[in-house]
Amino acid sequence: MIGFLIQRILQALLVIVAMSVIVFLGVYAIGNPIDVMIDPASDQALREALIHRYGLDLPLIQQYFVFMNNMLHGDLGESFIYRLPVLSLIFSRFPATLELALCAMLIATCLGIPLGLWAGYKPDALSSKAIMAFSVLGFSVPTFWVGLLLIMTFAVELGWLPSGGRGPTANVLGMNLSVTSLEGLSYIILPALNLALFKLGLLIRLTRAGTVEVMSSDYVRFARAQGLSEGKVVGLHVLKNISIPIVTVFGLELGSTLAFAVVTETVFNWPGMGKLIIDSITVLDRPVMVAYLILVVFLFVLINLAVDLIYGQLDPRIRVKASS
Amino acid sequence: MSEAVLSVQDLRTQFKTRTGMLNAVDGVSFEVGRGRILGLVGESGSGKSVTGYSILGLIEPPGLIAGGEVLLNGRDITRLKGDELRRVRGAQIAMVFQDPMMTLNPVLKIGTQMIAAVRAHDRVSRRTAWERARDALAKVGIPSPEERLDAYPHQLSGGMRQRVAIAIALLHRPAVIIADEPTTALDVSIQGQILAEVRRLADETGTAFVWVTHDLAVVSSLADDICVMYAGRIVETGAAADVIASPRHPYTAGLLASVPAEHEPGERLPQVPGSTPSLSDLPPGCAFAPRCFKAGPACTTTPPIQKFEDGRTALCHYPIESNSCQPLSSTSTTYRSAS
Ligand SMILES: Nc1ncnc2c1ncn2[C@@H]1O[C@H](COP(=O)(O)OP(=O)(O)OP(=O)(O)O)[C@@H](O)[C@H]1O
Ligand code: SF4
Ligand SMILES: [Mg+2]
Repeated sequence: MIGFLIQRILQALLVIVAMSVIVFLGVYAIGNPIDVMIDPASDQALREALIHRYGLDLPLIQQYFVFMNNMLHGDLGESFIYRLPVLSLIFSRFPATLELALCAMLIATCLGIPLGLWAGYKPDALSSKAIMAFSVLGFSVPTFWVGLLLIMTFAVELGWLPSGGRGPTANVLGMNLSVTSLEGLSYIILPALNLALFKLGLLIRLTRAGTVEVMSSDYVRFARAQGLSEGKVVGLHVLKNISIPIVTVFGLELGSTLAFAVVTETVFNWPGMGKLIIDSITVLDRPVMVAYLILVVFLFVLINLAVDLIYGQLDPRIRVKASS
Repeated sequence: MSEAVLSVQDLRTQFKTRTGMLNAVDGVSFEVGRGRILGLVGESGSGKSVTGYSILGLIEPPGLIAGGEVLLNGRDITRLKGDELRRVRGAQIAMVFQDPMMTLNPVLKIGTQMIAAVRAHDRVSRRTAWERARDALAKVGIPSPEERLDAYPHQLSGGMRQRVAIAIALLHRPAVIIADEPTTALDVSIQGQILAEVRRLADETGTAFVWVTHDLAVVSSLADDICVMYAGRIVETGAAADVIASPRHPYTAGLLASVPAEHEPGERLPQVPGSTPSLSDLPPGCAFAPRCFKAGPACTTTPPIQKFEDGRTALCHYPIESNSCQPLSSTSTTYRSAS
């Protein structure tokens, strides 16, 4: 187990270093941030001073090493625009995105698994076909369009829920969260639903496919031959088997939701990390972009590691391979 | 003659396929008495496994039981549904499946699966269930059963898994156990142990067995009676020793002839000349006709069930006659193996 962990952590470090090079090169190639930062009419001396201050006159390789050195000391630079340390800037937006992503995952899981189980258990029922049709909609209709539709229906027409923004927050464990109050919840419902839709479609299909496969297996037939009830067959055999792919997808989806809730955050004017990165790209705020992308890589690596560990717990066959 | 514990009457199981209905089990009838062992023999694809599944009501779409009765202690279990059926399965009639690699769930511990099997019928604590599972494993000769309960199926050999499956079938001391080639994955000495154990069980507890196998050596040493299956039908029945000594049906004769004299126990049955017909285009009349050395003009019509005075039957127009027995009649439908 320890060997497995060390191996995975080394792999993760390698991925992070490789990503940092790619990100750095990519962002460097986008353009000169100085042009965006200062008035084109300002004089050359001011321009040079700024370039020098941000180290933009150094050769690329040297800029990279300076950046990496700073990063190892926990310093990811300072935003050109906000004049704030990038890390604290990103982390100030993190709770908003985290709670949005978790709410979306919660909705998708709580609806997706039961619906998928039903659709897989009774594949020929009319209700199952309706569920599957819905799941196709779930991940083929564009997110922004569904978002607008939700706003039109529930905020504008019915006036039940606010159309955007975050509402009141309360401090929980050092993070500002809105899920603790009813009013806060009313703000998060629509964006969370919007974000959940794709995952819901995915989870329904995944759960259904797994259920169909397990239900037709010899060991389910054998379980029935032993007189196990249908509830036990589903609760013991099916759930345990489908939990493996579900955990994988859950992990990947959680990562990508945290990192790229951009569209939903924009449509609902939700002040999360996604909105921050979009704003930073439009103004070429290079340190924010670089730091953000590296943090995202880090996040993915971390989630994948967690998924692998849970995976090993769930599937005994993998545990053997990993330890040998 | 005591009552049969299991009486299968004119069982028909069909599969809906693109090319039409397949009659995988086509009017199968047999009976097994208390403590008797019935050997069900036949080539691959003859419908032995489907017969077993049908008896327990385990046929799933596109398959369906098109007709017939399965009387378990006189009660027709093909009519049972839901919880009534569930309470019969595993408790009164159990089945050991053919493929030991597929019958246990790979992601659940042996113990978890066995405890579930115990508690499907008995309201006992997990602890008691665990103890019963352990004892059941010990009974089929599994060394250090406590450790095995904590293992996952992939940590056990095929033979070990097959014994786990047998142990599960024995858990509730059912009246009937259908064992679908349960010893094919075992080596010869273990197979001998299991067979001896099965014989003892049948004699002592009165459990009746339907023992599906390719292995005629197993049948001759273990079974009291034999049913030979071909293309979904029972073509010959009789006491095991009699059938092996002097087969009446040309197919049985073919099966026996293809066994070398120094046949090793555990060896697979060599093929009868020709190949197993596809169920989707069986010849009219006798399904065995294209491969039969005795085929004659009448064989394009459905053969009758010929009954002989020693209680044997053969589904054939021209059964092989032995000097002592002549066909009695051609009307009986059910072979009785009850003692
Ligand atoms: N799910 C199914 N769909 C369609 N046909 C099926 C299905 N299951 C079984 N059959 C058909 O039923 C026939 C009998 O199969 P079965 O498994 O009972 O044979 P068997 O005698 O057990 O053979 P083996 O010795 O190889 O186990 C086969 O010809 C097969 O084509
Ligand atoms: S009925 Fe005819 S073809 Fe069929 S087994 Fe008997 S002799 Fe052979
Ligand atoms: Mg079979």
